[in-house]
Amino acid sequence: MAHRHLLQIEGLHPQQIEAMLDLAESYVLLNRSGKTQRDLLRGRTLINLFFEDSTRTRTSFELAGKRLGADVINMSVSTSSVNKGETLLDTAATLNAMMCDLLVVRHDQSGAPNLLAQKVDAAVINAGDGTHEHPTQALLDALTIRRRKGRLEGLIVAICGDVLHSRVARSNIHLLSAMGAIVRVVAPPTLIPAEAARLGVAVFHDMAKGLAGADVVMMLRVQRERMNGGLVPSAREYFHFFGLDFDKLAHAKKDAIVMHPGPMNRGVEIDSAVADDPVRSVIKEQVEMGVAVRMAVLDILARENRRNV
Amino acid sequence: MSEPLNSVLIENVRLLDPASGLDQMGALLVQHGVIADLGAALGRPDGVAVFDGKGAVLCPGLVDMRVELGEPGGEFRETVASAALAASAGGITTVAALPDSMPAIDDPALVRLLRSRGEETGRITVLPYGAATRGCRGEEMAEFGLLREAGAVAFTDGARAIGNSRTMRTALAYAAGFGAMVVQHPEDPELARGGAVTQGELATRLGLPGIPAAAEAILVARDIRLAELTGGAVHFAHVSTGEALALIRQAKARGVRVSCDTAPPYFDLNETAIGDYRTYAKLSPPLRAEADRLAVVAALADGTIDAIASDHQPRDADDKRLPFAQAASGGVGLATLLGVTLAQVHSGQISLMRAIELLTCAPARLLGSSAGTLAKGSPADLCLLDPERAWQVNVGNLPGKAQNSPFDGRALEGRVLGTWKAGQRVFG
Repeated sequence: MAHRHLLQIEGLHPQQIEAMLDLAESYVLLNRSGKTQRDLLRGRTLINLFFEDSTRTRTSFELAGKRLGADVINMSVSTSSVNKGETLLDTAATLNAMMCDLLVVRHDQSGAPNLLAQKVDAAVINAGDGTHEHPTQALLDALTIRRRKGRLEGLIVAICGDVLHSRVARSNIHLLSAMGAIVRVVAPPTLIPAEAARLGVAVFHDMAKGLAGADVVMMLRVQRERMNGGLVPSAREYFHFFGLDFDKLAHAKKDAIVMHPGPMNRGVEIDSAVADDPVRSVIKEQVEMGVAVRMAVLDILARENRRNV
Repeated sequence: MSEPLNSVLIENVRLLDPASGLDQMGALLVQHGVIADLGAALGRPDGVAVFDGKGAVLCPGLVDMRVELGEPGGEFRETVASAALAASAGGITTVAALPDSMPAIDDPALVRLLRSRGEETGRITVLPYGAATRGCRGEEMAEFGLLREAGAVAFTDGARAIGNSRTMRTALAYAAGFGAMVVQHPEDPELARGGAVTQGELATRLGLPGIPAAAEAILVARDIRLAELTGGAVHFAHVSTGEALALIRQAKARGVRVSCDTAPPYFDLNETAIGDYRTYAKLSPPLRAEADRLAVVAALADGTIDAIASDHQPRDADDKRLPFAQAASGGVGLATLLGVTLAQVHSGQISLMRAIELLTCAPARLLGSSAGTLAKGSPADLCLLDPERAWQVNVGNLPGKAQNSPFDGRALEGRVLGTWKAGQRVFG
């Protein structure tokens, strides 16, 4: 990977993505064997800098760092302070002074990791920024799909839900398109971003049509505040038309898998029976792949930075 | 009889005066701060100081009809004095100042204050806009008559659109009674709420909240109808979309009292200048798609756009060093107004005469000011420029205090060599 940071999927070459997935694959086997590689990042400092709460992603990075032997520190920064930006750049100065090697950033503002990357010496890994990207989520999703389906190329992937506000959707669209999958987005028009088709996806406003023949059904979290008449009239109307239940899933291929980045709103975007189905749902597997993918990313960036030093 | 010391003969210059159509080599004589004479063959009165223009262009000092001064309330970003320095370097001798300061210019005393703050610099005439509504809050109408008497040139809420149709209707009607126009920031406030960039593919890719380009045309369409309804005069500031310009073009053809200006970013840059979340390219209205930029260029040439204003908005590092959506919008523009405009001359889109017209007599006429001409007897506000001289915009080294230019790194041809305010050399 010819990058010092991992800020976004957009712009990555398919070979780079492939290399990351292959390395992650090896970490899946390592993790399952119960072994660790604690010498790989020994003496390296990884800081989880979270301006937005996310137990799942933070824990996943923490575990990945520890399994590779890094010293992991978690910093949660409240964004309720008046001047958020000052906090961001002040924090950057602090991190430089701490000689941080790997910086994992979650922020509610699109582009915040890009801004930090200009100011810190560490390799910056975007752990989700605003409505921009969430690159490690897309990588773990791709790894999950590849392990289940044996490939990415030519698969039909339907991404359903609040695409407008979803960084997961953007990263997945870029990654899956780059790897030759056929990507659809399915949502009411008010939850589809402008010019979505220009990202190379087909846009659907009907679950039956959008899921027809799909190999993968990827559900997105719909935040409740969107469903008070702002962009969608109500949660019950949303579930009726766009919530994934077995009736709607029947339009997809018989062996289609169901994914969700979590945390789920059961009964809003996904029916519990589908979410917990041991055959169709790969949601728990996504979590497992998350750790392996993040180990691979940390490994590659640490190597890349060593070369730069 | 010997001439007083404040007489200067600027000779060997290309005199360019769009107000009269004058374009010839010659000289210009300044006496007692006013233009005493000009023409091809001018004698040298005894005792006059002679300035050799070396063939450069001498035109009226530029009239910039949209400037946010730091005063009052934003002195940490810019003061009238520092803005005046930047203006002098940009060949500007008259600026119309926006009223949405802290406090807003909604009181006659504040209009007088701004005028005298300008005079104190000795560099610029400040023509204050009066607030259209008290505190520029968009609610009750401000005292147009008293503000006008104090010297307000027109009424506007500055960077804030007058969103309420009823308020706009009343403002247009009442201002017409005092012979003043209402200047609108044409952007539907509800469609623009929370937005940071123009809605479209780029906004989607960057994950930034978008403002539909139609937000401009929607307010322009409404206000054209309100101008027709009331007989008032509406002026649209920094127009940036082809759709809005088409509406303005049609309305002008129908005889509606409508005029508009644009600013250099909208004919020189498009939204791709935002690149990797560059906050110096965050403007209001936001930078547009290339098709809209081309429409603005066409409207400069065909006369739909009446004037070019710098839309100068000083911001400091704390305003801009933030994640994009949280950063303040706005860019400085005084020092680059002429150079960026001349790029349209060099690319063959407009003539030099038209460019200077858009920067001098045209905005002056809109503001009811007699500035912006080389007429005998008018104050010797002058700009000497070399249209070919190359330079590069370099943020950090711009004249004035604020440095937030969206044109950082832009190579320009056309540089101000000298500026005179009422006969006094203030730059060069």
